[in-house]
Amino acid sequence: MQEEYLLTMRHIEKRFPGVLALNGVDFSLRKGEIHALMGENGAGKSTLIKVLTGVYQMDGGEIRVDGEKIAIKSPQDAQNKGISTVYQEITLCPNLTVSENMFIGRCGAWVKRRDLEKKADEILTRLGIPARSTQLLGSCSLAVQQMVAIARAVDMNCKVLILDEPTSSLDDKEVKRLFGLMRDLKAQGVGIIFVTHFLDQVYEVSDRITVLRNGELVGEYLTEDLPQVQLVSKMIGKELEELGSLGETEDIMFGDKPVFYEAKGISSNEALPFDFSIRKGEVNGFTGLLGSGRSESVRAIFGADKVTGGEVTVNGEPVKIDRPIDAMRHGIGYLSEDRKRDGIIAELSVRENIILALQVMNGMFRPINRNESEAFADEYIKVLNIKTASMETPVGSLSGGNQQKVILARWLLTHPDYLILDEPTRGIDVGTKLEIQKLVLKLAEEGVSVTFISSEVEEMLRTCSRLIVMRDRHVVGELTGKDLNQTKVMKTIAGGEA
Amino acid sequence: MKKRKLSFSGFGQLTIPLIAIALLVIFNLIRDPGFFKIAISHNSNGNAVLSGNIITIINGASELAILAMGMTLVTAACGGQDISVGAAAAIAGSVFVKVLKGASQINIGTVILAFLCSCVVAMLFGSFNGTLVAVFKIQPMIATLILFTCGRSIAYWINGGATPTVSSPIITSIGGFIPGIPVPTPVIIVIVMAVLFRLLFRFSALGLFTQSVGINGSAARLNGINATFIKLLSFIILGICVSVSACIGVSRLGLINHETLLIDIEMDTILAVAIGGNSLGGGKFKLSGSIIGAYVIQMLTITLYAMKVSSTDVKAYKAIVIVLLVVIGSPVIKERFGKMIRHLTSSRKEGPAKGAQE
Repeated sequence: MQEEYLLTMRHIEKRFPGVLALNGVDFSLRKGEIHALMGENGAGKSTLIKVLTGVYQMDGGEIRVDGEKIAIKSPQDAQNKGISTVYQEITLCPNLTVSENMFIGRCGAWVKRRDLEKKADEILTRLGIPARSTQLLGSCSLAVQQMVAIARAVDMNCKVLILDEPTSSLDDKEVKRLFGLMRDLKAQGVGIIFVTHFLDQVYEVSDRITVLRNGELVGEYLTEDLPQVQLVSKMIGKELEELGSLGETEDIMFGDKPVFYEAKGISSNEALPFDFSIRKGEVNGFTGLLGSGRSESVRAIFGADKVTGGEVTVNGEPVKIDRPIDAMRHGIGYLSEDRKRDGIIAELSVRENIILALQVMNGMFRPINRNESEAFADEYIKVLNIKTASMETPVGSLSGGNQQKVILARWLLTHPDYLILDEPTRGIDVGTKLEIQKLVLKLAEEGVSVTFISSEVEEMLRTCSRLIVMRDRHVVGELTGKDLNQTKVMKTIAGGEA
Repeated sequence: MKKRKLSFSGFGQLTIPLIAIALLVIFNLIRDPGFFKIAISHNSNGNAVLSGNIITIINGASELAILAMGMTLVTAACGGQDISVGAAAAIAGSVFVKVLKGASQINIGTVILAFLCSCVVAMLFGSFNGTLVAVFKIQPMIATLILFTCGRSIAYWINGGATPTVSSPIITSIGGFIPGIPVPTPVIIVIVMAVLFRLLFRFSALGLFTQSVGINGSAARLNGINATFIKLLSFIILGICVSVSACIGVSRLGLINHETLLIDIEMDTILAVAIGGNSLGGGKFKLSGSIIGAYVIQMLTITLYAMKVSSTDVKAYKAIVIVLLVVIGSPVIKERFGKMIRHLTSSRKEGPAKGAQE
């Protein structure tokens, strides 16, 4: 193992208003290694990458490349210093040719097209990328486009190559091809930072793993020394030993309660087929790492993505749920993971946001009149303790936790029989988290079924009586009773031997 | 909880168009104190009617105001505009005249029938535009460019290339005055349309749904709103507005000229929506803003004519004023202005304290 450091980052600090996103994080990259950067959502991975690529300016710490202290002023500057990034979404132009994409923005206007094409072909052959320089980029597969982006980066004399979730839209064969290219580059001495949420891929290709959690460094490990289960526990933040003692969860049996919702082989264009059922008053949950397919699964239940198959019964009656409105008519509510994109109507008032779902169910020609809607808004602002200047305040100006409560209020107002809560506690303060957990349990007592998803396993153990575990888009286990403890959950998430 | 304060954002939205109207009024009063005199005169039919510049302005803006109401809805739902309203109006007007010509005599019944026919045709063309936008997700301006280009040709075919006239006291009173009522009929129609829109928003949740779709389509969909339908509906409603405006336009002249009926009105309509403080990117809207916007544009035009600006030059002068209005209403200026006010008020408070420190 070569111990020559290509890049060292020391005590990196980055503050955002009210948050310390990076707190004294160290990271180092050796020549010719593939180094996986791991952490759950909000751990600070992307912030660290953005500091390194000049998108953000750090508030403290130092960065050295080849032992020389440098300051990175902008993404352009980072590129000039040999640090290149290939993002998850391909940021090239599909309507230009491969060679144009490789050289755009970094050669004079008067270069001969032929010369560029020749040079591009040389690089493509050297890297073994199956594309021709004259081909339109859009006609290549996603994997090849991804590789062209890498070729572009490599040709800019890059020493450090950052691959941010490069495999999320590739199939298995394409992933293999990409890994081949990564190994070639490694052999040529390029240092690669690999960000992904696919655990198996980390173990397949990386030499070293750095784990971040809550903006702090957990540690740097050789991949071979860190079993998968331990990696998961480090990412989530519970040591295996201390987990054993947390294992008592009440054994609540729902065997006698009627099944409210049942799906067999339900799938959508985002989710692979799976079976699922929930009884009246039951709280269950989907767990798994980010990207494991847990959100996609509940979206399929609600009809949020295009449903492609499966048989669904509600209260024993076969039904068809293709669109959100179908689900709503059968008493299902869904609080989505991405509150900003899929939840709030930012410019409308708190009141209008609260009554929205009920109004949709009433239909367009039975409007909730002003007095009624004010009464509803007033009631739920009090019940959920929503902090807002008035009910006419645009919801976009509230804090994250209060926005979340507004959306909760929206669904509670429809008096659902079954409520799906996808990450309802993400990015909100501890007090509100507890309030939401209590609310979930209270709803269950009243006979409402709840499916709860959270990145925090502890939170799920506290609320759910059954956990469905997902990994790499498949359901890999279902835990109930005495199996509901952190150790077991983590082992199931990590999979493999254990 | 009975506080129904004028919401600040709503007030802010109407500030610019109201100031524009006020400035135009003041300017005209200084220029010619008698500009706004309203007199009662007798028209050729011997009816007592109101006359004067202000009446001319309000009357003349009728078609624009009606189209602006429909355009506001399309803008809010789709985040884009329909540029084919003028061409669609030529079609609707041609159908109106065609049906009247086909009738053995023109009475109330046939006029209503003709209007309903033109309305159906305009709604069909509206749903054509709407389908392109809502179902095929084509940008509104591109989608409506099709009808913008071919609309007047279609209108030409309807009456075989002729510009037929319709003469009937009923048509005259639609375009002018109903005997015994001193207010121009088009103005009454605008009021009726505004009331109808008001009732529509009062007795349906269309306003809430349209704004939700325009602000956050993804969230609207996940809350069960059929965004495609809402967008399509906005175009169909605009179709009704187009047909009403077309019938007024035809009735004013007593003939249909497919080449000139409501020519260039699409840009004024979009402008009215913008001057009314509505975001052309969709979302929150205020119908009243757009209506005021329509009157601002008309008042500006009439003022320029009154100043003996030749009709060829009017457009250039209009452009200057509109540039000013739009820039003043732009988010950049609003923010700067807001900062300036905050700065002024805070420095006034801090002023003495600083002096004490020194």
